[in-house]
Amino acid sequence: MLLSIENLHACVEENEILRGVSLQIRAGEIHALMGRNGSGKSTLSKVIAGHPAYTVTAGGIHYRGQDLLALSPEDRARSGVFLGFQYPVEIPGVSNLEFLRVSCNARRQRRGQEELDTFAFEDHVRETMAIVQMDPAFLERSVNEGFSGGEKKRNEILQMALLEPLVAILDETDSGLDIDALRIVANGVRRLALPTTATLLITHYQRLLDAITPDFVHVMAEGRILRTGDKDLAMALEQRGYDWIDETNGSDTRQP
Amino acid sequence: MSSAAAVEALNKTPYRYGFVTNIETEKISKGLDESVVRLISSKKQEPDFMRQFRLKAYAQWQTMAEPDWAALRYPAIDYQDIVYYSAPRQKEQKASLEEVDPALLETFDKLGIPLSEQKRLSNVAVDAVFDSVSIATTYKQKLAEHGVVFCSMGEAIKDHPELVERYLGSVVPIGDNFFAALNSAVFSDGSFVYIPKGVQCPMELSTYFRINSDDAGQFERTLIIAEERASVSYLEGCTAPMFDTNQLHAAVVELVALDDASIKYSTVQNWYAGDENGKGGIYNFVTKRGLCKGRRSRISWTQVETGSAITWKYPGCVLRGRDSVGEFYSVALTNHHQQADTGAKMVHIGPGSRSTVISKGISSGHSANSYRGLVHMGPQARGARNFSQCDSMLIGDQAAANTHPYIQSRQPEATVEHEASTCNISEDQLFYLQSRGIEPEAAVSMLVSGFCRDVFNQLPMEFAAEADKLLALKLEGSVG
Repeated sequence: MLLSIENLHACVEENEILRGVSLQIRAGEIHALMGRNGSGKSTLSKVIAGHPAYTVTAGGIHYRGQDLLALSPEDRARSGVFLGFQYPVEIPGVSNLEFLRVSCNARRQRRGQEELDTFAFEDHVRETMAIVQMDPAFLERSVNEGFSGGEKKRNEILQMALLEPLVAILDETDSGLDIDALRIVANGVRRLALPTTATLLITHYQRLLDAITPDFVHVMAEGRILRTGDKDLAMALEQRGYDWIDETNGSDTRQP
Repeated sequence: MSSAAAVEALNKTPYRYGFVTNIETEKISKGLDESVVRLISSKKQEPDFMRQFRLKAYAQWQTMAEPDWAALRYPAIDYQDIVYYSAPRQKEQKASLEEVDPALLETFDKLGIPLSEQKRLSNVAVDAVFDSVSIATTYKQKLAEHGVVFCSMGEAIKDHPELVERYLGSVVPIGDNFFAALNSAVFSDGSFVYIPKGVQCPMELSTYFRINSDDAGQFERTLIIAEERASVSYLEGCTAPMFDTNQLHAAVVELVALDDASIKYSTVQNWYAGDENGKGGIYNFVTKRGLCKGRRSRISWTQVETGSAITWKYPGCVLRGRDSVGEFYSVALTNHHQQADTGAKMVHIGPGSRSTVISKGISSGHSANSYRGLVHMGPQARGARNFSQCDSMLIGDQAAANTHPYIQSRQPEATVEHEASTCNISEDQLFYLQSRGIEPEAAVSMLVSGFCRDVFNQLPMEFAAEADKLLALKLEGSVG
């Protein structure tokens, strides 16, 4: 078991957002997590990555048998947990190249690989950029500053490719992308999915799942996973909407 | 980890340059009156014009009051409790480095400024100033081949009295302000640079100021003259030992640029800033001004200010020449209980003169950081332009940042633009970097150096990396 989430409860300030999430993810699997806005999908991803604004009040997360919640965010990243952000932040004045190098070396060091100097890293990153068809000119720019939505998302996939995570969580990486950008991102994700790694795709749309076939589809509502199925569940959702899930599960989870 | 906690840990590194050198010094007793001014002048065997300069300044100083308009709080300075002349005892006028006291050479070695022939910084000539007295200047010969004069102020007064008499006090008049008047009366030494017509100075020039004494005031005087079409890049570095008491540092720097000349003056200031409770540290009251005297002349100030308990400093350019250019790029970082009131003055006199001010203030701990700047457009400054940008970054929730821009325009065809912003290190930026495996301390210094990038890009290559490191070091312990 790569990632095991058991009865996870979490709140931000006084509001409970996660109300007992359980999810098991094995190596080689691709999971899709769907659900309305506000159902807790992004919160789940941030709690896994260790965002300080969220407090876990019950339950836990184990990563390769280890208590993940005991680790700092940077330790989680170094040991192979990756979160692709829905809204990557801009960092003015910090060159993308330098940021990627420091980040990549932090992960390499943990894996016992030698750190790459500026020149070696630049070769490495240029090769990797081809996966997401990104122009090397983006290396010279400040991290995400002035990037379009699609460029920011590609930069996230580039980071994922450089960090070679064991568990990659992509939070609405497909939102706001045009068809071409979506294909590039989906190709990147597919190429990086290995028998030793697992992917959790948070998405609203079937179109990403047309390009990447998930092994499991989960539907979240009100801070819990209400339904789990295979790719057909996503298809059914696409056709019938979330109301259908609400109806088949009783009306208590329905939102106004 | 929260950003506040992250900031907490960044502040705990000891100051690396806090040691004291044991060396025999020649000191006069504390206190200041006219006889002390005469004594300093006679100890330095100065010509009459210098003695008159000092006496006039002293007389002016006595009629002046210490300025109180800055946003700074400190106990009253007792000017009679300061030693006004202190010099390391060594042979007169060292002809070569072999004659310099080894303890002094060792001091500069420890500071990372090797002076000896074999270990010198390549392509940087250094004037080493210890307790306001110049002890050695490297590469003098090589510079002389190009006609460049780089020596201590004391030597300049002896060897080039006509230049000193002509230019000293021509940019910062003796009665300019309280601290400048005091400096003019009692200054001990400093650096002198003269670049003749048409000469591009072949190497970086640098003065390294080291305070060693705990009760002597520090009063250096720097004068740089660039003749027509001459250019020079000059860097000033500063450190001091850690004492529980405060030391007064009141320097004056004057720059003169003639037609088509350019002077770039960079400062990496790392005086001792006091401990985390605000005990000790340097009181830095400095007057720095450049005169763009000639047409198309250019003066650029770049400063990275990290030390001092108190900073009172407003480098400026008087843009007298037609189409002259003044620039000011500054990073001022305050931490613990440091206070800084600093900014630029751009005085536009000549038509078509242009100036740029980029100021980045970073306040951490319980510190206070104020930008105070003046842009003045005189009646002749037709078509003159200024652009000012003042950005403040707050780290933690106990620090303060203020911006006080003063804009005066007597010329309707002059343009003044001012932009200001304040930001925090956001939790989301910090988390983003952490989620990529970067530790909070490294993340904060990455964010801070990104914030300062525009200014670091202006520093001479050799020192940009150093400035980056210095900032990281100063911030250590502000994240936890």
